Amino acid sequence: MSRMEIRLAGSGGQGVILASVILAEAAVIAGKYTAQSQSYGPEARGGACKAETLISDAPIGFTKVRHPDFLMALTQKSLDKYGKDVPERCLVLMDDSLTAIPELDPEKTVRYPILKTAAEKVGRIQTANVVAVGCINSLLHLADHESIRKAVLMHVPAGTEEINLKALEAGIELVNKAEHA
Amino acid sequence: MGKIVLMQGNEACVEGAIAAGMRFYAGYPITPSTEIAERSALRLPQVGGKFIQMEDEIGSIACAIGASVAGVKAMTATSGPGFSLKQENLGYACLAEIPLVVVDVQRQGPSTGMATSPSQGDVMMARWGTHGDHPMITLSPSSVKECYDLVIRAFNLSEKYRTPVIFLMDEIVGHLREGMEITPEDEIEIVNRPTVLYPDPKRKPYQMKKGQLVPKMAPFGKGQRYNITGLIHDESGFPTNSNAEAEKLLHRLMHKISDNYEDIVQTEEVGMEDAEVAIFCYGGTMRAAMSAMEEARAKGIKCGIFRPVTIWPFPEKELRKAAGKLKKIIVAEHNYGQLLLEVQRVAGSMCEIEFVGKYNGSVITPEEILEKAVNSK
Repeated sequence: MSRMEIRLAGSGGQGVILASVILAEAAVIAGKYTAQSQSYGPEARGGACKAETLISDAPIGFTKVRHPDFLMALTQKSLDKYGKDVPERCLVLMDDSLTAIPELDPEKTVRYPILKTAAEKVGRIQTANVVAVGCINSLLHLADHESIRKAVLMHVPAGTEEINLKALEAGIELVNKAEHA
Repeated sequence: MGKIVLMQGNEACVEGAIAAGMRFYAGYPITPSTEIAERSALRLPQVGGKFIQMEDEIGSIACAIGASVAGVKAMTATSGPGFSLKQENLGYACLAEIPLVVVDVQRQGPSTGMATSPSQGDVMMARWGTHGDHPMITLSPSSVKECYDLVIRAFNLSEKYRTPVIFLMDEIVGHLREGMEITPEDEIEIVNRPTVLYPDPKRKPYQMKKGQLVPKMAPFGKGQRYNITGLIHDESGFPTNSNAEAEKLLHRLMHKISDNYEDIVQTEEVGMEDAEVAIFCYGGTMRAAMSAMEEARAKGIKCGIFRPVTIWPFPEKELRKAAGKLKKIIVAEHNYGQLLLEVQRVAGSMCEIEFVGKYNGSVITPEEILEKAVNSK
């Protein structure tokens, strides 16, 4: 991997920024260059939110995603907006509660029950972003297991370490189970 | 090599400020600078400093000025709307010669504009926002690492020249997270203001000996009693209506900066050795320029970057020297054309000047710069 452009999109409050920060942290632990940024509206909850992480073996100039290699969408609105003009090689991860749009290549699209897993299996919907981190890392192999755990622990609020690690494992399992099925 | 940590530009600004010796922060949170207040609130008590959230923007800069007068290195941070409100006290600090770092993380404007969107629309306000002729030093970082290192320089210049320094960030670098190497303590140069700690009844507070850069400063509460005013004052610190004293003071204030241009002005040049086209940019726009330059070079265009690290005083000597070898300068900035005016003034007769401006809250892309570079062939 020489350069990877990752875009995460959802709704304000879903934690997509934190998820992209955790991926950037994992990249730093792995000794890579990274640039993480976000764009959101003035509202704290409910507005459209986009977070981006660039990971590279070389120093990074422009810090925003231009040609995404990976897109995750947690809301229909964000899938509709960002899914329609992804490059051919881009892998798209969508929550399985969403409806695929015709522009997506089924071969390059994966769907997992991220929100449902957080709410039902982990037991807390707020952990959906860390479930997503688990999925993404298993799909993209950004960092080894120990590093991604460390990155999660560096950024989740004190007192939520255990449930977030449970969320991470649940996310990893979603991909592993699918790949071995 | 030091440890690499993932840090946000705003956070790095606070860490650099603390490394420079900041021990007081007063602020009123405003997007996109809020993380500077948040991290200062967390970190200052850990190093024996003080953080206070004030009732408004005006109170914040007034409070920071007060702390500095008492001998403590102080900072406040804001964004455009708050920067407007701080202008009056900024002029006060210029005239009363009070060291201070004011951070402005620019956002789209005018007025409250778009709170979370990037801009570089405060560049001219940084220079001329407060009324009257006054000296001004403004520095602008283009990476997280530079937020750390350059804010240290902002403090040093502020202390050395007893003047407020504007640390002009933008949303692009303020909210950017990157891996950054913490500069080892023994590699950091710290400058402290010249002080007078023992009261001397014969000494006038603004008196200067020959060869001295600025008057020595007596921290309030420790040394002599003296008057500080925003009125034109003589060496005693008391107001005067003397035209001769006004001229002398203004002359000294302007010249303490202009006479030390070489010490204050810093620029970065990338790929300028053989460049025929140069991208002129500063702050977060540098990042788009870096990619544009790389892509232009891949197309065989001899492209370079000229970046003022010090924006004010404007690096006109360096720009004039660079422009002599160029066919074209592409000015890229997130406004309607502000430093463009300076580039036109300095280099307008020497080469072609093109402009890439964004003022709608979105970010200038490498493609937009590249297009201007390609069309020059």
